[in-house]
Amino acid sequence: MLEINGLSVCYGAIRALHAFSCRVGQGEIVALIGSNGAGKSTTLNAVSGIVPASGGSISFKGEEIRGIAPHRIVRLGISQVPEGRRVFGRMSVLENLEMGGYTLKERKRLKEGMERVFSLFPRLAERRNQQARTLSGGEQQMLAMGRALVAEPQLLLLDEPSMGLAPLLVEKVFETIVEINRMGTTIVLVEQNAHMALAIASRAYVLESGEIVLEGSSADLAVDPAVQRAYLGGAV
Amino acid sequence: MFLQQLINGVALGSTYALIALGYTMVYGIIALINFAHGEIFMAGAFVGLLLAGVFKLNLFLAMAGAMVFSMALGVGVEFIAYRPLRNSSRLSALISAIGVSLFLSTLAMLLFGANARGFPANAFPSRQIQILGAEVSTLQLLIIATSACLMLALELIVKRTRTGKAMRAASEDYTAAALMGINVNFIVSFTFALGSALAAAGGVLVGVLFNSVSFNMGLNAGIKAFAAAVLGGIGSIPGAVLGGLLLGITEVTGVALGYSSWRDAIAFVILVLVLLVRPSGLLGQKMQKKV
Ligand SMILES: Nc1ncnc2c1ncn2[C@@H]1O[C@H](COP(=O)(O)OP(=O)(O)O)[C@@H](O)[C@H]1O
Ligand SMILES: [Mg+2]
Repeated sequence: MLEINGLSVCYGAIRALHAFSCRVGQGEIVALIGSNGAGKSTTLNAVSGIVPASGGSISFKGEEIRGIAPHRIVRLGISQVPEGRRVFGRMSVLENLEMGGYTLKERKRLKEGMERVFSLFPRLAERRNQQARTLSGGEQQMLAMGRALVAEPQLLLLDEPSMGLAPLLVEKVFETIVEINRMGTTIVLVEQNAHMALAIASRAYVLESGEIVLEGSSADLAVDPAVQRAYLGGAV
Repeated sequence: MFLQQLINGVALGSTYALIALGYTMVYGIIALINFAHGEIFMAGAFVGLLLAGVFKLNLFLAMAGAMVFSMALGVGVEFIAYRPLRNSSRLSALISAIGVSLFLSTLAMLLFGANARGFPANAFPSRQIQILGAEVSTLQLLIIATSACLMLALELIVKRTRTGKAMRAASEDYTAAALMGINVNFIVSFTFALGSALAAAGGVLVGVLFNSVSFNMGLNAGIKAFAAAVLGGIGSIPGAVLGGLLLGITEVTGVALGYSSWRDAIAFVILVLVLLVRPSGLLGQKMQKKV
């Protein structure tokens, strides 16, 4: 569904991503793990069109999408839940979801999209008129995910959804990711929490200093000595 | 006496507020102080004058025409002078804005001459009326009512419409808005259009109020409206309205108390005092980094 080949991204003189290649099949959950500053967010932002790539190609369902404006990428069916959630704090929960459905032309589809999100996150329905900044961290994460789901994307890019959440909530978020995937959405999951990411992903890529150093099935990577040392705290 | 001054102040303050809204909305989205905004206001005043004076349109039609013209001008200025610099340093955009401001005021001087012009006497035949003992002109009431209607319209657009909501989203988080599928460049144009239309309405009202339209009227009004926007908290729409009204009322009160030679300094005295106590302005959010 998504195929990236030889992608390079630079921020001025800093090269954040170098000859990055990966592929994501329809219906998969693919994890992208790596430590802070490895280039994970840069990868997702390049796919979303937020940062320009200096080389390589990004194709979605066989079509080249590199260089397309971010708002058009969303219309093609790729949504991103950015790192740090970035909900619109001074807007209500409902308005945030409306923004998530901005690309939907018909009022009816917007309503359906919202109902779908409310059934996935009943908590958001209870707080629909509350300003987003007054929500707890966990609720904001639900809102950020819900917002990206209103428009029914085919591919969902999740950037560190577990960041800053209590363990119990992290568990909940990962369960929801699996549920979203079961309903037919392909997922790219960026995580520093390698344990959890490998537990739900079918395959994973390990990124270090802008380059892929390892790739394979989650089961293989989870028992790989190098991965265990670097990302799983050494415990078997 | 008190009521009289209050009405004078609110009438003057409403025009500041109309201009201040443009500064604050543009700053809210692209963190640019649009130095040419005063000239958009001036251009609106001239177009209104032409339509009312030469084409004999009634004041409301003239104002509508001025709003449409300034809308196009504002959108055009953003497209030509600011958009190409969106990713350059803040300073380049600011210099470009000052350049546009000088260009437009010089152009107006070449086209209309250096002397101030007045609206035809019959553009709005004003009468004095008594309200609870205060002497009020119907022109002042017109200004207050028109401004209130325009601000109400703005409020409805920003709070209720899809594009207005997208505008608020983009002003909170430009990148996140783009990730929602919002065409943020369109939203920026839309913001310039709204702000410029309000400034043009303000230009026509000020032109009629002081019966004077001149190539350099944008400078003084622009600086005061900018002060009003900062006073209310730059980026905040209610803040711009509050700042404009407060400034107008204080200025009129200052003059009534006999400090008329301080008239133009009053804005800055208040500004400095408020910023010392509350750097983010009366209704402003804490400053956050903008893209
Ligand atoms: N906007 C930016 N400007 C300059 N450098 C950046 C920017 N964003 C990220 N970087 C740099 O690019 C590298 C990769 O960052 P990022 O993709 O955010 O990593 P990760 O998401 O894996 O933590 C880091 O060295 C980071 O400092
Ligand atoms: Mg990151």
